[in-house]
Amino acid sequence: MTLDPNVPEGPLHEKWDRRKENYSLVAPNNKPNKDVIVVGTGLAGASSAASLGEMGYNVKTFCISDSPRRAHSIAAQGGINATKNYPNDGDSIWRLFYDTIKGGDYRSRESNTYRLAQNSSNIIDQAVAQGVPFAREYGGELANRSFGGAQVSRTFYARGQTGQQLLLGAYGSMMRQVDAGTVSMFPHREMLDLVVKDGRARGIITRNLYNGEVERHTADAVVLCTGGYGRIYYLSTNAFNSNGTAAWRCHKRGAFMANPCYVQIHPTCIPQSGEYQSKLTLMSESLRNDGRVWVPDDKDDCDKPPSQIPESDRDYYLERKYPAFGNLVPRDVASRNAKLMVDEGYGVGPNQNAVYLDFQTAIEQKGRDYIEDKYGNLFEMYEKITGEDPYEVPMRIFPAVHYVMGGLWVDYDLMSNVPGLFVAGEANFSDHGANRLGASALMQGLSDGYFIIPHSLSNYLAENRHDLDDISGDESAFDEAEDEVRTNIQKLVDASDRNREKPSDQQSTVMDIYKRLGRLTWDNVGIEREEESLRSAVDQMRELRHEFWNSVVLPTDTDKFNKNLEVAGRVADFLELGELMAKDALHRDESAGCHFRVEHQTDEGEALRNDEDYSYVAAWEYQDDGDGQPEGWNLHQEDLEFEFVELKTRSYK
Amino acid sequence: MASDSMDFHLKVWRQDDRESDGELVDYPNVAHDISPHLSFLEMLDLVNERLIERGDRPIAFDSDCREGICGTCGIVVNGQPHGPKRKTAACQLHMRAFDDGDTIYLEPWRADAFPVVRDLVVDRSSFDEIMQAGGYVSVQTGPKPDGNSIKIGKDVSDQAFDSATCIGCGACVAACPNASASLFTGAKVSQYAVLPQGQPERERRVLRMVHEMEDQGFGNCSNIGECQAACPKDIDLDNIARMRREYVRAAAKKGSPNPDEAEV
Repeated sequence: MTLDPNVPEGPLHEKWDRRKENYSLVAPNNKPNKDVIVVGTGLAGASSAASLGEMGYNVKTFCISDSPRRAHSIAAQGGINATKNYPNDGDSIWRLFYDTIKGGDYRSRESNTYRLAQNSSNIIDQAVAQGVPFAREYGGELANRSFGGAQVSRTFYARGQTGQQLLLGAYGSMMRQVDAGTVSMFPHREMLDLVVKDGRARGIITRNLYNGEVERHTADAVVLCTGGYGRIYYLSTNAFNSNGTAAWRCHKRGAFMANPCYVQIHPTCIPQSGEYQSKLTLMSESLRNDGRVWVPDDKDDCDKPPSQIPESDRDYYLERKYPAFGNLVPRDVASRNAKLMVDEGYGVGPNQNAVYLDFQTAIEQKGRDYIEDKYGNLFEMYEKITGEDPYEVPMRIFPAVHYVMGGLWVDYDLMSNVPGLFVAGEANFSDHGANRLGASALMQGLSDGYFIIPHSLSNYLAENRHDLDDISGDESAFDEAEDEVRTNIQKLVDASDRNREKPSDQQSTVMDIYKRLGRLTWDNVGIEREEESLRSAVDQMRELRHEFWNSVVLPTDTDKFNKNLEVAGRVADFLELGELMAKDALHRDESAGCHFRVEHQTDEGEALRNDEDYSYVAAWEYQDDGDGQPEGWNLHQEDLEFEFVELKTRSYK
Repeated sequence: MASDSMDFHLKVWRQDDRESDGELVDYPNVAHDISPHLSFLEMLDLVNERLIERGDRPIAFDSDCREGICGTCGIVVNGQPHGPKRKTAACQLHMRAFDDGDTIYLEPWRADAFPVVRDLVVDRSSFDEIMQAGGYVSVQTGPKPDGNSIKIGKDVSDQAFDSATCIGCGACVAACPNASASLFTGAKVSQYAVLPQGQPERERRVLRMVHEMEDQGFGNCSNIGECQAACPKDIDLDNIARMRREYVRAAAKKGSPNPDEAEV
């Protein structure tokens, strides 16, 4: 089946305006009778809920944290792109669009990416109006900095806490609607199923993480803003509770999963220090504005303190290999080069698993105060974690999983192939192709939530008003979904009870399996992939899934706060998703952006695309084995039409 | 100097749920062979793995970003919210801050407005209620004037930012003998009081937020300053002073300190 992305006709710059002009509207007096569920309260979720509430819809918002403000968008450090062209360095909507398409290695949908660039300036205006304290120049104007993959300074920031400030702005707007009575808030709830009736998304099943109650919620439409599945790697920069379960349950109810193998490995993270490490911490890409990446020229110098390695014996390999972009090459290029250096034996630090990010030149040229003002909190964070002072000693960094470009398939209106199920933010696949540029995730979350979902969802409600009959939680679709949720929880409890009877060497904790899953995914579906290991990964995922159910032990009280039970359900879903990621990576027999198949590279070691055969979005349809586990997946393709840009080999040299 | 492997004696507050009575439980032999490089929460992860393996109920605690920005984690460690290191959330605390053989007490945030969910997990929805009463600038989504049409001096912007970095963890409340939420509320009030965008709702905001803070059962501020000492973001006590000034100013200007009676 070929998927129709439902893109409006016309020139690129007129598409979104034309679509908005043709959208049907819901009359003000009808809006309070329309129920909308928004799952997730990060940038996409909070901005969707706030905007839909302001319009007058009856919105219910759900999050797994104890407060909506804790969503993982809060941890985004560096900034948000917009085409304001305040620095007068030649930026424009076209240029941001082009950088994003090129950065994504020509694997994203032109029309969506262009619209993202069009909305970018409005986001800054919206956030400023909300009182978001962006960095300012002395004259009172907004300040900008540069990010990877761009030759203009278009990134707006609030020290190293841009995500926090933007999220608190969106959260504040949402809380205002809670106060106004248009938004009801359901914190510490995990969405465990999507309810589909007559082919339409009509509600969700949640579990209250404080008391275990399983609840039914009805709606006329559901907006999924539940972020990415990067925690499948166990070690990542994602938050501990970030997971893929809500999206995966939608997938099992019929929503297609698109390009799941596109995973971004962020080049500048603090390397792993030990076996029990629970997460990796990102050091913002903005640091590459002033930091220089290097390793020793001579492998024998790797053990020496960096201060004893003179300038002449250092290899600033990004500046050497990519003179045009230098330390500001896109993330996939920077990550692969760091891995290359470490693999070739140039790794530094106690575990020889890092490269240096050095600020000495910038401190000498611009002064310590300048660096402190721009990156103070990042330097502090680094020191807290490593015990080393980056003003004195260069940072040690290494790539880590950070973001997934893959996600649920959506059309131009951000609606999945299940009518009434909209997907926004990192949870959808739409805008970044095979690699996301820095400072574009915040932009996409807010573009989706403030400026797209409110209009496209209204259109859906208006167009389908005769098919969206009144719905009650007593209907059989809800009975069935709730039964399934309860069965899934009981399966974990039963498995644990069974496995407790086994000898202890045949038992595993949830975290044991989770860590092994992470290792398996990292080793085979990580920075580099190759056919044989991907084939074996598919089998190993199935084996590990079998082992999980036959060895897992966990605390089984289902009516209390029980973190292990929550995580067990997420790991069970990840074990299925992992198989699909490996399959998707195997099927895509080309390199593109972050998907680097070693079989397909240029003589200089860059990703080599195959536009003839793979210029499409791979959208996978789930096939159940009758027992709630995947039998396999059917592939659907959305052909990527490049009407306005010419496909080229990326060059940052 | 910390050695490569450390042993600790834990005393942990265990409370099954909101209604149950809790008690400090001794764990003399679970936190053994701990690397000083582990974060405090990773030490607890490891302890929980050991408890699960032997069939005991793990210690309930919550965390999310584990890099000090989401505000989810919060444990009173040896009587200090977030533990002994200044400007450091529990998730960024490392075991190198302790000595081999130490006894470590772990307790939840204690405040009427933060009921215990289980063990070390508390319900902080009262903070959301305070935010709901005015922790925002009321603007609709839609076309707005260009961002640079509002000029804000760097000093003012930086000042607003310093207030805005609050992560809403609640350590200030846990540290305060009155369980006051004045630092949390004051930080939000201050951010908008200094910014031009916050002016139209300046009086309404402070009156409503302060009243909500009291309604939620938080105590009053008596200028002790433990809140700032415990705050992982070092939010300044000046924010409380500003909130009070704003409160008095608003009450005088609008005819009443009660938001229902004031002309706001």
